[in-house]
Order: sequence, then structure tokens, then C-alpha cells
Amino acid sequence: MTTATNTQKKGGFLAGTANYLDERVGVAGILKEFGRKIFPDHWSFMLGEVALYSFVVLLISGTFLTFFFQPAMTPVIYDGVYGPLKGAEVSVAYASTLDISFEVRGGLLMRQVHHWAALLFVAAAGLHMLRVFFTGAFRKPREINWVVGFMLFVLGMAGGFTGYSLPDDLLSGNGLRIIDGMIKGLPVVGAYVSSLLFGGEFPGENIVARLYSLHIMLIPALILVFVAIHLFMVVIHKHTHYSGPGKKDTNVVGYPLMPVYVAKAGGFFFLVFGVIMVIAANFTINPVWNYGGYDPSPVSAGTQPDWYIGWLDGALRLAPTHLEVVDWAGNTWSWNILLPMIVGIAFLVVVAVYPFFEAWVTGDKREHHVLDRPRNAPTRTAIGAAGVTFYAVLWAGAGTDLIATNFAMSLNQVLTSIQILLIVAPIVAFFITKRACLSLQRKDREIALHGHESGRIIRLPHGEFVEVHEAVDAFELYTLTDYKTYRPVAATANSKGRITFSSRARAAWSRFFFEDRVEPVTQTELAAAHHDHGQVEGGH
Amino acid sequence: MSDNSNGLVPSSGESDEYAYSAGAGLVLSDAIADPGIEPHRVRMTDKSVKHEKAAERQVSAMFVISILGSIFAIFAYFFWPLDEANLDAVRINTMFLGLGITLGLFGIGFGAVHWAKTLMPDAEVSEERHQTRGTEENRARAIEIIKLADSESGFSRRKLIRRTMYGALALFPLPAIVFFKDMTTEANPVEKLRHTMWQANKRLVQDPSGVPIKAADVTVGSAFHVIPEGLNEADHMLEEKSKAAVLLVRLDPADIHSAKEADWGYEGIVAYSKICTHVGCPVALYEQHTHHLLCPCHQSTFDITNDCAVVFGPATRALPQLKIGIDAEGYLIAKGDFEEPVGPSFWERKAN
Repeated sequence: MTTATNTQKKGGFLAGTANYLDERVGVAGILKEFGRKIFPDHWSFMLGEVALYSFVVLLISGTFLTFFFQPAMTPVIYDGVYGPLKGAEVSVAYASTLDISFEVRGGLLMRQVHHWAALLFVAAAGLHMLRVFFTGAFRKPREINWVVGFMLFVLGMAGGFTGYSLPDDLLSGNGLRIIDGMIKGLPVVGAYVSSLLFGGEFPGENIVARLYSLHIMLIPALILVFVAIHLFMVVIHKHTHYSGPGKKDTNVVGYPLMPVYVAKAGGFFFLVFGVIMVIAANFTINPVWNYGGYDPSPVSAGTQPDWYIGWLDGALRLAPTHLEVVDWAGNTWSWNILLPMIVGIAFLVVVAVYPFFEAWVTGDKREHHVLDRPRNAPTRTAIGAAGVTFYAVLWAGAGTDLIATNFAMSLNQVLTSIQILLIVAPIVAFFITKRACLSLQRKDREIALHGHESGRIIRLPHGEFVEVHEAVDAFELYTLTDYKTYRPVAATANSKGRITFSSRARAAWSRFFFEDRVEPVTQTELAAAHHDHGQVEGGH
Repeated sequence: MSDNSNGLVPSSGESDEYAYSAGAGLVLSDAIADPGIEPHRVRMTDKSVKHEKAAERQVSAMFVISILGSIFAIFAYFFWPLDEANLDAVRINTMFLGLGITLGLFGIGFGAVHWAKTLMPDAEVSEERHQTRGTEENRARAIEIIKLADSESGFSRRKLIRRTMYGALALFPLPAIVFFKDMTTEANPVEKLRHTMWQANKRLVQDPSGVPIKAADVTVGSAFHVIPEGLNEADHMLEEKSKAAVLLVRLDPADIHSAKEADWGYEGIVAYSKICTHVGCPVALYEQHTHHLLCPCHQSTFDITNDCAVVFGPATRALPQLKIGIDAEGYLIAKGDFEEPVGPSFWERKAN
């Protein structure tokens, strides 16, 4: 087939372009491979998309802002249009932020788009992580992609913090002051690291420019790289789907990329952008002109960091009084700073390594592409609930002053209560969630075996009254019964006949996870239940 | 690449998929059978031309709204300009510009999604999924390539090359680390943390006006935000202020429970560092009736009647006190620098 006719254009411009591209970059092969790739449909799969699209909005609005923003801390006398600050000595960075807000048409809009999109980015990434966690989507083969996603979440926080600090206003300056104080509290190197970061004494004239290069280059570049890896792995693994009829670990059920997902996901980008835009058009965020430039002396009460830093700020507030000690050599250990840092880092590490831990406990080497309903993994769901509660209590800790003033309570009691809750609430959340999951599983089992209550009472020939149960159809039955369960394993001796510590630990964790469980209904059980269906009424 | 150590069991050979160990997983032999994908429910737009046409019009209408929105945004950019004399114009400009763009975006978004949901096929289809693991053939070939690369380069065989290369790779980033040294100009950052601008006979002046304070003008219960005289003209104003900011309060001498505090003050007027000993926020809130100083960042609370000892919150150390007195004209002056470093703790704080 090498005749000249084959290379002739047919069908006009579109076909011509397609031919041109195929002969140079081989688009036909790419389209053949990806054009009809199947994606499953579920609202919860859109959370990651929201994060991705918010990031695109961040790139667009951020690029606009760089055209006007000047990341310098050189003091200048403000001479812009904002009257109240006329004549004040502020930094170039702060003055240019005011100019963007008041002297560039659409500048304030873009600043607000950027800030709102940042808040949404971290929020959507966080919710996406929760979805992945509670449905067990992190299981083999996706453990590494979980870690990549985790990195994205942390980078999102880093991007947010570096960006928040750029306008050099009173709030951001106080935020940096806190960071400086935390760094100085590090053992041995604290004062030196702080000096390196700020280029000398706090605040210096360097930090804004340094954070700026991280904020507009390094962090977004890393986010882009990790997003690319993240999506590349989604293509390799293909997307997970929820359990249900026809959905197996060996298939993927959904709609083709072209045309359905190009339209849906493409359209969704515009919806996310639109939501950010309508918020930014109407709701002020970070009105830096109200606070003035940074000055180490004043501070306004009731200030709060952006929401995703709240839990770390809360951790700082919750540290008990008098933790700082001086050791025999005269060195200062600022445990009031180190302890919250350790708690925060430990929490993040637990989040990052959880998939590997669960894989070790179950010893399950299979590939998992069908998602768990959260109830069908009670211990995991309970651990997740405990983690969410822990995070939420730390977060609430950042609002102790606002809680106290708004509800007319004693600040001391609010703080003490939150300190206690930090320990107690996750444990309570764990048990409540686990019991709730097991109960829901028992309810599912009940429905699978005996059908739905119909509300119709009939009287049997021998006088007994029973409620008629309507059997579930094959599709619902499968949805209720298709899940994976595990049984606890015992510690076993290795080839040398010794029971290792690791084996014992695994057995203990396995009991912790799977001792209490509800196993799926089997055909045998179903047949037995149907056999004496006449007497069935209301449970075990 | 040893398979069995990972709990992998070679498959029976019929399928090219690997049979992985289920570990503690329960494999039911009589699980409920999969009935297959649920039958597709036909939409109105699938069975009625009228509905199909209506959906088509709705999608185009949304795209038209988008076009109008974008045009409106361009119009708004020029029609509601910014006005130096009237800052409210910023709000109007932001709102109309934003609403126009929003319409432009929403029109496309809703149009595309509506198109997909009503007019594109909505029957779920199933596609095969293969194990991520490569086929035996591919894995064998991969191992072969690695071995070939190894033998051709002599990577394992030539130990001298390998070890010196590791050494070279480990050392080459070190210059970059050294380069960070000049991110700071200070040879010894610790030394600077020990001193502030305060010195003997320096007047206490109001922040930010720089007006000196007469002891007689400080009434009991009042609080002043104070900086050292000459701070506003200092070379590194913000750096100095970050250490030298002071809060001045006049107490009834009978309320002062610390002899040292009374001694370092002047007739019940006491001056304390305003920089929190936790992480350095300004301790700017003075509660008159409890005599407590509160840091608004993390709520560390200091008792100013008891030498500013910590009564609550994450801080540990009391706020450092500034020794004060008056000069010949009756203005408040410092009697020297703080006797200990102010602000957040650092490793070498106690050492000398």
C-alpha cells in the first residue's frame, strides 16, 4: 500500500490537519490508544478534577499577577490612590499589591480569583484524598500514586503559604514572624537557619523575593511534575470503579473519553473556573489595604491563617504551658514548638504510609480496582474518622480565641477542652464509626438475605402475623454482597522455627482490624434463608 | 525480581494474568454471582425527536449566553473604569467584570455538560483491564536488558569505576550547599539576638509617633506602645523594632507582687518587651482589670503584676523587663538594654 493515492488529502481541512499531524507525530496511534478509553462515572471522582482545574486557574491568574507584582521589600512612601495609606512607609511589594488592587482594572478580581482558587485547590485535594482513603482506592497497585497525591497536597500547602506571605502586609508579616519563631526553636541550628532564610535578622529585606521565586517557579514546577506523574499512573492503572453489577477487578465500566468525557470533563473545567470567578467577583478576600504594611509592633486580634494552615496553628496553640526547658549544658529545648511540629509531621507521615501499613496487615497481594464502600472496611473507615477528627480538633484549636469571644466562654476552658478533645475525640470517633459500619453491614446482610420490609402485614393460616419482605433483585443483591473481607491471621513460625516480632505484630494488627467483621452473604446462606422464608421476620 | 518472596504464585498457565496471594483475604467459593451491567435506561432524548431537538436548542442557548457574557465582560472593562476619586469604582469594576467572565465560563461549562448528558450515548460500556505487572515475556526481556547493560558496561565487574563514581556523585552537590552560606550576611546570628537598640539614657517614645513620654503623664491603668528614641530613623528600622518594641503600663505600686519588677520600674510604671517569648508575635493586648497581657496569635498570657510570668498558653518564659527611670526633664528613659534576649527562644539563648 505505498501508492501515491494514499498520501493524497481527502475530506478537506480537518482531514488534512489530521493527516499532517499523523505523518509527523503519529496522532492516529495516540487516538487509537486513548480516544475510546473508558472512565467510570461518579460524583466523587470529580474532586480530583476540581483540584486540577483550580490549579490551572491558579496558573492563569498567577501569571497575570506576576506582570504587576514587585517582590521587593525596599521601603517606599506609598503614593497610590488608596487615601488612608497615602504617605505611609511601606515595602515595594505591599505598594504593588495595592496598585494591583486599585489601579489595574480587573487586578483585584484576579487577586481574588487567585486566592479563592488556592483555597479551593487545597480543599479539593484534601477531599479527594479522603475519597481515595475511605474507598480504599490506595490499595495495590495505587500505593505509589497515593504518595504522589500526598506530595501534591503538601506542595499545595507550601504554595499557599509562600503566596500568602508575598503582599508583605501586617497579617502575612505576623505569619512570617511565627515561622521565624518556630525555626529559631529548632535545636542547634535554629538561629542559623532563620538567619539564612531571612538573609540576616528578621524580617530583613530578602524574604519576600525568596518566597516569590519558590512560589512562582519551584513549587508550581514541582506540582506540575507530580500532577503529570499522578495522571500518568491513572492512565496506567485505569480508573477504579465502585462495586456493583458488572464491575470487576478485571474490567472498567463507564463511558468513553471521546466524546463523553471530553465534553463532561472539559465542561467541568469551565464550571469550576466559573464558580471561582463568581465568588471572586462578589466576595472580598484578604483586603490587605485594611491592615497596612508589615510592622512588628501592632497586631490585630482574632486573625486566622488560611484554612489549610489552621491545623498547624492550632497545634502550636494547644501546647501546654511551661514545656520549654534548659538542659544541663545550657541549651534551650523549645518543646512548646517542637512538640506541635512533631505531632504535625507524625500525622502527615502516618497519612503518607498508611497504604503500605494496611497492605502489610492484610498480606493481600491482589490488584484492587473495585472500590470499597466505606462500611465494608470498618476498621479502615474508623481509622479515617479518627484521623479526620484529630485534624478537625487541631483546626478548631486555631480558633480558640474566636470560639471564646463569639460564644462568651472562658478562653482557658475552651483551650483545655480542646486539649482533652485532641486525645479523646479521635478514640470516640474510632469506636462510633466502627460500630456504625458494622451495623450498616449487618443491615445490608439482612436486606440481602430477607429482602426489604414492605410494610404489608399478612396473617398466615395458623394465625401468625408476618410482614412480607420483598426480595431484592439480582443487581442490588450483588451490590450488597460484593466486597472483600479478611480474617485475622495467627502469628506463624518462620523457616527457622522462630515466631518473629514482626509476625506477632502482624497477627495483633490483623486481630485489631478483622476480629469484628461481617462477612458477605454467600449463595449457600441465601438458599437457606429462602428455604425457610415463610418464617423469616425481622432478623436473627 | 524474585517472585516468590513477595507472595506471588505463578499462574496455572491458562491465563497470562498472575494469580496473586490474597493474604488474609477471604475467598468465597460460593459468592453471589455477578448479574452483569444493569440494563440501560433510555432517556427522553433517545426516544423522542422533540426532546432531542429541545436539548439541542438548550445547549446552543447556553453557548450563546457564554458569548454574550464574554462580550459583556469586555464592555464592563471599559464602561466601569477605575476612578481615583471614588474607590467604590473598584468594587463595581470587579463585580461586573467578574460576572461577565462568569457567564462566559458557565455558558460553556453547562452547555458542554448538558450536551454530554442529554445527547451523547449514556450506555455504560465495559473495557478489559489487565494487570499492571508485565507479561512473563516482557519481564524476562527486561531482566535480559539489564544484564546485558551490566555486562556491556562492566558495572558490577569493575568495582573501581563504580566506587569512585559513587564518590563523585556524592560530592558534586556539596558546592551547592556551600553556596547557600551567603544567603545571610551575618557571621554570627546569635550575637545579634542578644542585643536591642535600648541603652542607658535612651528615652522611651511612643510608637509610632516618636513623642517622648513624661512619667507624670502616665496615669495608673494606662498602657503605652513604646519604641526607643531614634528608632524611626534607624538604618534597620523593622529589624530593630522587631526586638525593641515595648509595652509600658502604670500599675498601682501595691498591685506589684515582685520586688524586682517594682525596682526596675519607676513609681509603678513598668516596661516589658512586647515580643512574645513563644514565637515572637507582639503581645499587644492589655486587659486592665486582670492586669494580664495577652498575645493574640497563640493566646499566651502574662501577669504584669508578677513580673510578666506566664499564666496561660504555650509560652514558657516571662516577658523580659526593661529597666527604666526618668531624666532631668522628667521623661522616661531606659537604664540599659534588656538583660536577657527578647523574643522567641533559641538553642543558645542561655549559653554564653
